[in-house]
Amino acid sequence: MRSDRGQSAPLGLKISAACGLLFLHLPILLIFVYAFTTEEKSFVWPPPGLTTQWFAVTWNRPDVWQALSLSVRVAAISTTIALVLGTLCAAAVSRTKFFGRETISLLVILPIALPGIITGIALRSAFALADIPFSFWTIVLGHATFCVVVVYNNAVARFRRTSGSMIEASMDLGADGFQTFRHVVLPNIATALLAGGMLAFALSFDEVIVTTFTAGQQQTVPIWMLEELIRPRQRPVTNVVAMVVVLVTLLPILLAYYLTRDGDQIAGSGK
Amino acid sequence: MTVAALNSNPAPAILPGSGGMRGALSDLLWRRPQFLLLLMLMPPVLWLGIVYIGSLFALLAQSFFSIDEYSGLINRQFTLKTYGDLFQAANLDIILRTVTMAALVTLASAIVAFPIAYYAARYARGRWKALFYLGVMLPLWSSYLVKIYAWKLILAKEGILTWLLAKLNLSWLLDAWLSLPVVGGNSLSVSFTGTFIVFVYVWLPFMILPVQAALERVPGNLVEASSDLGASPGQTFRNVLFPLALPGIVAGSIFTFSLTLGDYIIPQIIGTSRLFIGQAVYSQQGTAGNIPLAAAFTVVPIVIMGFYLWGAKRMGAFDAL
Repeated sequence: MRSDRGQSAPLGLKISAACGLLFLHLPILLIFVYAFTTEEKSFVWPPPGLTTQWFAVTWNRPDVWQALSLSVRVAAISTTIALVLGTLCAAAVSRTKFFGRETISLLVILPIALPGIITGIALRSAFALADIPFSFWTIVLGHATFCVVVVYNNAVARFRRTSGSMIEASMDLGADGFQTFRHVVLPNIATALLAGGMLAFALSFDEVIVTTFTAGQQQTVPIWMLEELIRPRQRPVTNVVAMVVVLVTLLPILLAYYLTRDGDQIAGSGK
Repeated sequence: MTVAALNSNPAPAILPGSGGMRGALSDLLWRRPQFLLLLMLMPPVLWLGIVYIGSLFALLAQSFFSIDEYSGLINRQFTLKTYGDLFQAANLDIILRTVTMAALVTLASAIVAFPIAYYAARYARGRWKALFYLGVMLPLWSSYLVKIYAWKLILAKEGILTWLLAKLNLSWLLDAWLSLPVVGGNSLSVSFTGTFIVFVYVWLPFMILPVQAALERVPGNLVEASSDLGASPGQTFRNVLFPLALPGIVAGSIFTFSLTLGDYIIPQIIGTSRLFIGQAVYSQQGTAGNIPLAAAFTVVPIVIMGFYLWGAKRMGAFDAL
């Protein structure tokens, strides 16, 4: 029995924790208000009036749709590659002990532990040295590399909880390796993979630093936003896109959370 | 059940293989686990090894090339000249500025993160716990650029912060702060203060999560024992909570420090025209076309983070990750 159950926190702690959470959330909520403002030229507060016309304007913008389509395609393919590579790596690291195991984990984590600009410029200089022109696939190459770690983290946590004796039992009962994978291993790790995939998708969809180095002239949604941030031309459209991006990234995170909330390690606690 | 019933349908002790190519492959993988391991490790290691480590080496190699000042072409011969250029006073200024900013951001994140993490770890239960968790996760995963954009809206001269301070009759405070030499500027969105606030905001969740993880492991009765033995809340914090939370704080600081060192977008959008390491790298490789110097610049954060990680490991920070 924990003696501190029901005990309430000191007032100062409550206030500072609440202020901290407000500090984290208010700026994002502000975006939602600005999406409806009638003001075109500046960021004036309070908004002089409210309107929904910018949603229609944004809807009819081909450049926004192109960026969105590129982002979704890149994220989908990078996530698929990351799912395969991350699961393989997690299975190898968690089920066996071998020389250089620590090095493998380090290798997977490195692309996200080092600042994004290093990954970006490293890829760019490699493309330059190897004379690879920028294309859809150069973006995917970069994104898949840092998405592996998200899938890997989720899968490793799940493999650790999955007992190895289940696999042995399946084999003892006459299933071959593929049947065991299909009917025993996969159902066990499915939700972890789904959660990892969601997070990898969100990560890729939002990535800007590496992408600026690997995209050339192509525009993903974050690159489109970055252009607008540096040289604002279409403030109302940017406001609407920003709001939509918040909503789009919200869903996979909530889903990933609900898929893994009962586990000892909840998805997304490391980005 | 009788013995006869058991014997009536005897299962063979060893099942026959399922046969065919598939069966043979399955048997091979079971008999030779090293082969299975190799098959599993090959794709990810090849991918990361070639794409990532290969690129890193390509980058490192470039830092030993130099640029011909007249033609602007890259001279692919081993030289340390580029590293000599790196240690010019102007570049040292950039490095010093970035490291100072990273240290301040880390310190501020730790201070803001601690109460949230402590409340979530010790007092929040059930529904509240989930709420706190999502309350940290959602900002963590919200779009990086949207977060920066939100702060551009807030810090703009005509924005909500100026309006709020005017309503509270505190405009003089903002003006006084902005007139200070280093941290001030024309408005908050073009000052170091603005850059600092946005850095803290964007990296804060990276600090909260490991600190919370470290505090979860502190048993509640330890804190009670400390106060039973007569320690004031301040003494309990200094002598019990803080030392136990330190590995978590160090783990979080790895993120806040490393991310600040490498970022080039935040200071470009909200800040002064004075450069940070990330911006220097970006402009050297982009407009200046001096890839060797850009490569040498990226070695700085790698070396700093190398030392940082080494120190963090010695403090046991990796167990808190």
